[in-house]
Amino acid sequence: MTSAHAGVYPGLTPRLMIGESASRPLTLDEERAAGTYEPVDPGGVIAELERAGLRGRGGAGFPAHVKWRAVGGGRCVVVGNGEEGEPASGKDRWLLTRRPHAVLDGLLLAAGATGAGRAVLYLSHQETVDAVAAARAELPPEVASRVEVHVVAHRYVAGEESAVCNSVNGGPALPKAKPPRVYEAGVDGLPTLVSNVETLAMAAWIARRGAAAYREHGTPASPGTALVTLRGACARPGVYEVPYGVTVRQLFTACGGTDPAGTPGLLMGGWFGGIAGPGVLDARWCYDHLAAAGSSLGCGSVTLLARDERVADVAAGLARWYAAESAGQCGVCRKGTEAIAGALARVRDAGLAGGAAPPADLAGLERWGTSLRGKGACAFLDGAANLARTAILAGAAAGHPAAGQHHRNPPRERAS
Amino acid sequence: MKAFIDSTKCSGYGACADRCPSVFEIDEFGFGAIIGDGEVPAGDADQARAAAADCPEHAITVQD
Repeated sequence: MTSAHAGVYPGLTPRLMIGESASRPLTLDEERAAGTYEPVDPGGVIAELERAGLRGRGGAGFPAHVKWRAVGGGRCVVVGNGEEGEPASGKDRWLLTRRPHAVLDGLLLAAGATGAGRAVLYLSHQETVDAVAAARAELPPEVASRVEVHVVAHRYVAGEESAVCNSVNGGPALPKAKPPRVYEAGVDGLPTLVSNVETLAMAAWIARRGAAAYREHGTPASPGTALVTLRGACARPGVYEVPYGVTVRQLFTACGGTDPAGTPGLLMGGWFGGIAGPGVLDARWCYDHLAAAGSSLGCGSVTLLARDERVADVAAGLARWYAAESAGQCGVCRKGTEAIAGALARVRDAGLAGGAAPPADLAGLERWGTSLRGKGACAFLDGAANLARTAILAGAAAGHPAAGQHHRNPPRERAS
Repeated sequence: MKAFIDSTKCSGYGACADRCPSVFEIDEFGFGAIIGDGEVPAGDADQARAAAADCPEHAITVQD
């Protein structure tokens, strides 16, 4: 994704995609001119994040000030999470390769505000490892040495916060059962803040410019701007800084260079939010409106399906990916993802053959969409459950009932 | 009191659902599952502790 397009929503004064960063990495001098690494009084940072209403950008959207406050007050550790396990997302890689100093600055700020004794940057993609190494080499040694870099092999669950701590502690990058949550016992057994790298960079912006400035864009419930990854059947797929509250349709017309009308559906929140029908195009891209539309913002990635793609084909392909990518630690995840993949494959095949989808499969998908949420040691199975729940709805909404209208289009292989 | 199952350890023996059916059940894939949010009903604390003690995989935790 780092070679893809990048840009700023029309009329927006960007906070992260500043200067020439849409087209090249910023130099340390340019970063310093933008205020990066300027001292901040750590005492007031968390209260300012609360006033700003900053929410985590890794996918869960949890209020940042609550997470930061939960680990403070004693010995603790902060980890900047740049692993970006979600396959449809590229925004963390954009940030780490174009503005690595903004991430390092945010991580150091988080360490100062929480009183953390260790600050770790958790990475997997080689281009991000290289960019961060180059950035650290530009810094005075006494600053660079305050951040450790921990590199893991890329996979979806490696970015889950308990997997992050497990790996930093020397174990496998696999999720662990809760409790304890990482804010109770994570790295070194200490309360640990695991924060997405975009959240950290935005927190540093807020700490220097204030909550009121942050709220000049966005909506009251979803204030500010965010990095979005646009993918799929659009002219300019890539990473864009946009205000919360524009419609999903506007993301594609203003940034993606494509009128999305006629699409059979969209993959929302990376792949985690499942498939939405075209009705979501008129929903506002913010937490509350997408939730009301039965979808989710997740890590800020939206994939536009092409007009000739079939929802049933895409859903079956994604379900197969979930079954293959499950870490296999939890029986319910191993068997649940296999069951969903089997059912969606049979629904697809029935449609291609011109027949009706097996009623037992439709009933199973509907049931698993609810019953498998919150099961397993991490949220991976929730993603598969979201797919099961939304695929049926999106198929019907797009005029491609998962119950199987005949279509002549051949099934398409989807790259993962 | 609240009960938790470590699903990375559960192998589906089902002892938990036998010992304390008000808190544990076997899901449709054959693994132990918490009913509701895992809150142990008043009067069932001993059964919940027995479920934890008798799990062959030591997959169950009960917290006061």
